Amino acid sequence: METLEKIRKIREEKRKELDLRVNSNVGTKEKHILVCHGTGCTSSKSPQIIENFRKILEEKKIENVRVIQTGCFGLCAKGPIVIIRPEDTFYAQVTPEDCEEIIQTHIIEGKTVERLLCQDISGRKVQKLDDLTFYKKQKRIALQNCGRIDPEQIDEYIAFDGYKALEKVLLEMTPEEVIETIEKSGLRGRGGAGFPTGKKWALTKAATGKQKYVVCNADEGDPGAFMDRSILEGDPHSVLEAMMIAGYAIGANQGYIYVRAEYPIAVERFEVAIKQAREYGILGKNIFGSGFEFDVDIRLGAGAFVCGEETALLESIEGKRGQPRVKPPYPANQGLWMKPTLINNVETYANVTRIILNGAEWYSSIGTENSKGTKVFALGGNVVNVGLVEVPMGTTLREIVYDIGGGIPNGRDFKAAQTGGPSGGCIPKEHLDTPIDYESLKEIGSMMGSGGLIVMDDTKCMVNLAKFYLSFTVDESCGKCTPCRIGTKRMLELLEKMTTGEALPEDLNKLEELAVNIPKTAICGLGQSAPNPVLSTLKYFREEYLEHVKYKECKTGECKALAKIQIDSEKCKGCGMCKRNCPVNAIEGEPGKTHKIDEATCIKCGTCISVCPFHAIG
Amino acid sequence: MAELPKVHLTIDNKEVEVPKGTTILQAARQANIDIPTLCYLKEINAIGDCRMCITEVEGRKGFATSCIQQVEEGMVVHTHSPAVIEARKMILDLILSNHHRDCLTCSRNGNCELQALAMKFNVQSVRYEGAKNEHKIDDSSPSIVRDFNKCILCRRCVSACKKVQKVGAIDAVNRGFTSCISTVGDHSLNDVNCTFCGQCIQACPTGALHEKDSTEVVWEKLRDPESYVIVQTAPAVRVALGEEFGMPIGTNVTGKMVAALQRLGFDKVFDTNTGADFTIMEEGTEFIKRLQENDHLPMITSCSPGWVRYIEMNYPENLPHLSSCKSPHEMFGALLKTYYATKQKINPEKIFVVSVMPCIAKKFERQREEMKDNGLYDVDAVLTTRELARMIKQANIEFVELEDEAFDDPMGEATGAAAIFGVTGGVMEAALRSVSEIVTGKPLEKIEFEEVRGQKGIKRATIKIGDQEVKAVVASGLGNAQTIMEEIKAGKADYQFVEIMACPGGCIMGGGQPIKSSKIRETVNVAKKRSEAMYSIDERSTIRLSHKNPVLQKIYKEFLGEPGGHLAHELLHTHYEKREKYRI
Repeated sequence: METLEKIRKIREEKRKELDLRVNSNVGTKEKHILVCHGTGCTSSKSPQIIENFRKILEEKKIENVRVIQTGCFGLCAKGPIVIIRPEDTFYAQVTPEDCEEIIQTHIIEGKTVERLLCQDISGRKVQKLDDLTFYKKQKRIALQNCGRIDPEQIDEYIAFDGYKALEKVLLEMTPEEVIETIEKSGLRGRGGAGFPTGKKWALTKAATGKQKYVVCNADEGDPGAFMDRSILEGDPHSVLEAMMIAGYAIGANQGYIYVRAEYPIAVERFEVAIKQAREYGILGKNIFGSGFEFDVDIRLGAGAFVCGEETALLESIEGKRGQPRVKPPYPANQGLWMKPTLINNVETYANVTRIILNGAEWYSSIGTENSKGTKVFALGGNVVNVGLVEVPMGTTLREIVYDIGGGIPNGRDFKAAQTGGPSGGCIPKEHLDTPIDYESLKEIGSMMGSGGLIVMDDTKCMVNLAKFYLSFTVDESCGKCTPCRIGTKRMLELLEKMTTGEALPEDLNKLEELAVNIPKTAICGLGQSAPNPVLSTLKYFREEYLEHVKYKECKTGECKALAKIQIDSEKCKGCGMCKRNCPVNAIEGEPGKTHKIDEATCIKCGTCISVCPFHAIG
Repeated sequence: MAELPKVHLTIDNKEVEVPKGTTILQAARQANIDIPTLCYLKEINAIGDCRMCITEVEGRKGFATSCIQQVEEGMVVHTHSPAVIEARKMILDLILSNHHRDCLTCSRNGNCELQALAMKFNVQSVRYEGAKNEHKIDDSSPSIVRDFNKCILCRRCVSACKKVQKVGAIDAVNRGFTSCISTVGDHSLNDVNCTFCGQCIQACPTGALHEKDSTEVVWEKLRDPESYVIVQTAPAVRVALGEEFGMPIGTNVTGKMVAALQRLGFDKVFDTNTGADFTIMEEGTEFIKRLQENDHLPMITSCSPGWVRYIEMNYPENLPHLSSCKSPHEMFGALLKTYYATKQKINPEKIFVVSVMPCIAKKFERQREEMKDNGLYDVDAVLTTRELARMIKQANIEFVELEDEAFDDPMGEATGAAAIFGVTGGVMEAALRSVSEIVTGKPLEKIEFEEVRGQKGIKRATIKIGDQEVKAVVASGLGNAQTIMEEIKAGKADYQFVEIMACPGGCIMGGGQPIKSSKIRETVNVAKKRSEAMYSIDERSTIRLSHKNPVLQKIYKEFLGEPGGHLAHELLHTHYEKREKYRI
């Protein structure tokens, strides 16, 4: 009970101290300079920024100002990000050299450093984070602490209701009530498949066996996805706390988190979190005097995408080659070391404490009929605001791409959005207004996936895109089952033939046959979904395939071997940009007159297409 | 044991009742409905990776993997719906697309599970052609050739090595299309912990694994008028060789085998069983001595070269427990190049001894430096049962039609005790027969030692010899050997005599024996049939005790002196040494 009282006291006192983080009207002389310390900003020198701030503050003997490292704010395109609280001033693309000016102008003189403010899509400079359209349509539940607290300080987590859900669960709720709450909330697995979380918990609880395990899948591997990494970097305790709650609910006393070794910051933060929780007596025996016992260990993945598949992940934890098992039996009955095991993804866990504290009804009031709550997306590709976003389920793709993402850069047109990574599919323009949830995405041939969302403009070739994803799956197939090991390789070979002009009409049939039969026959999700990028692009961009196969033509010019690059005489202004930039001098033309490409000399490198200010070449 | 509750299901409109826990595949096969498989091997490999055994289960999304998934009450299974057949055709096509389809020149031509499926599915061309993996053929070991251009990654070999033999010399490496089965650091089998038991070859459905060919060298010697080529055949060969010519499993073809060997042109055709009688005399004498002196007990048999390599690598500290006896064919080879050569006035250097063995580790054993006497190898070439069958076929001999012939004299006579050497428990039984009589000086009341018979992996027995109780244990398969060795290592074993054979079931199931398909292994108890044939040879023998063999008595009297004596030790015994598992 000592632990509990100590934590309650920290919560109360620390919360007051940190009020300026959430309340801009707080009457305090103290200021907190929050600097993003996620992977993205770290590689843009945010540790140097933190060091510089601290050094300058010390040199100038400024008191009442603290520099805090936080998790990801989300607007990665504008990183490194610095926010000064309580006034909530938002500085973007800060460099270590800017620290002096920020301290002098903002902290000492009390004025805003205008040049470092962020520009909104409208072009106006924005003072506060919340004023950015990027944030306006977002709802941060899983990411609520990211960018708010120092993830390496357990006290800061406790201050914002940290471990309060665990306290509630252990002291006031039965395991059945916990599971019922999760079930009622409508939370579904955020790893991609969307299995109802509460049901999974109930199945694992019902499984016979004394020893049970809780596992957190943090083997995020989709190209361009970094949702789970950001949560672990920005709010590791929320995942740890949820794993404990799950342990209590299903009757497990041991948890494992399986994290990619390529996420060193996430691993370190989680290690710190475990250490602090153990020191505080939160992890261990007789937690909060409830008699419940729980501990968590970290297992590092060695970079195999397939280990994100739950049974391959279990094999890997057991020290075996990461290969999937045939299901059934499901992990809920025979998981880690053949014991009943609950596996949830990082983001799924990140919702749990919020549901326990705010209630199932609150959570289920957000989202669509069958998909409740929010979903975090890693927004990337041809979009202005590349970054991490969290939106209520049911938000349309258009809202994400245009309102939050700021639209397509360079005046280009939207062509497709890719969700679900290599397992997902492409969503074309006509489905931009589809409200995003598990079912609707499936209906249009894609899937929620773990949350990678890559936007593509009209310069992207869909056949080439399918080839990119297939080459990823071919590399990442574990090699266990025939359809995935050989079938995906054959699909890739067919796509290679198509993108180099060597395909025969029959090859399109072969590609489709394989794409239809591999999903039915492969052992695990990797192989079963590997053809999805092909199936969805065939569905929406079939004519592009036909152009490649029948006419040996790639209109985007991405498939260099097929490219027929021409200059549109109506659009060409004769500016000479293409001529000046052509590396092989294949372009001729007088200034002010339509230019021409000599096909014999052209090496189809595409430079002219990208430099033409009038989009006249293609 | 309480009987398992029954489950009722429908397979291809047929109502089936099977015990709970049965897989869909087993249930179908019990109902006489076959489902094609490639990676499945009864009790060894059920991992569902080839995907050939997929079936449709009504109400279930996706196909069921019938080698793994268990039956459920009321299940409705379709084993060959059009969708299933279409998918299977794709799977088979994909496997063939990455396979070196040089069937006509493959060692498994006619006995290949992939070829059989291609025939069944009437594959006329491969639709999804593409890049093939190109692997270098590894023939660096004296026993096993690995040709991964023919590997279909079913991992039956991996499971046989890892799960049954508990050796784990091979496993999958790399990912995706480049996955292949390899050793630690892709080193030669010679330089890693492989014991050359050859169970991987027995498990392989295709020609990716086979024995190192010795037929060429034997043909060469048979053509050479200067060479005096003597062949000897192990006890287990005669009960399996007929299978290669379509005869039923467990047919004793001793007479036909001898006739075929004579036709092939061997100068003499002898029986390794005589060598086995010597082994009993020597091993029995050694055991009695050790028992009396309480010296390094338990004594462990040493006639299985795969087992010897295993203990040398894994339990070198227990090597003093190993009997110092050479294996029967080595003993016999040593006698052929000394006693027999002198007697027949043949220059031993001209003698070329060929052993026909059910074993591929014998190929490795043959070339050990310890197996030399007077500068000559005791045995010059080892052929497996399969290789002998190939030679007989090459010589166009109609094996099945052959009239029986007898082994050559004077080394041709052997006892029933020697005949059972090739089955698990056989060495133990043969030794106990002679040891009992020698120790007690009285004839045995019952000659059969039933307690050490049967196909169980580990058999424990307490045998009364005179006033003394001898605790014996028989283990076959290296996985079971490991269990016994761990007991000995932990000081928990109170045995005096241990028989170990590297292959599960003994030599009759050796790595050099005819290869049986997964389906035959599922439906026929091959080990039982072959062992029954062996015991029946013993039963029909006039002499069933090694020490009563007149040939033996004569050679001891004329040449060797006492069993365990000086010359016997020089020729018939050897020593073993610690061997590094990984010479890399």
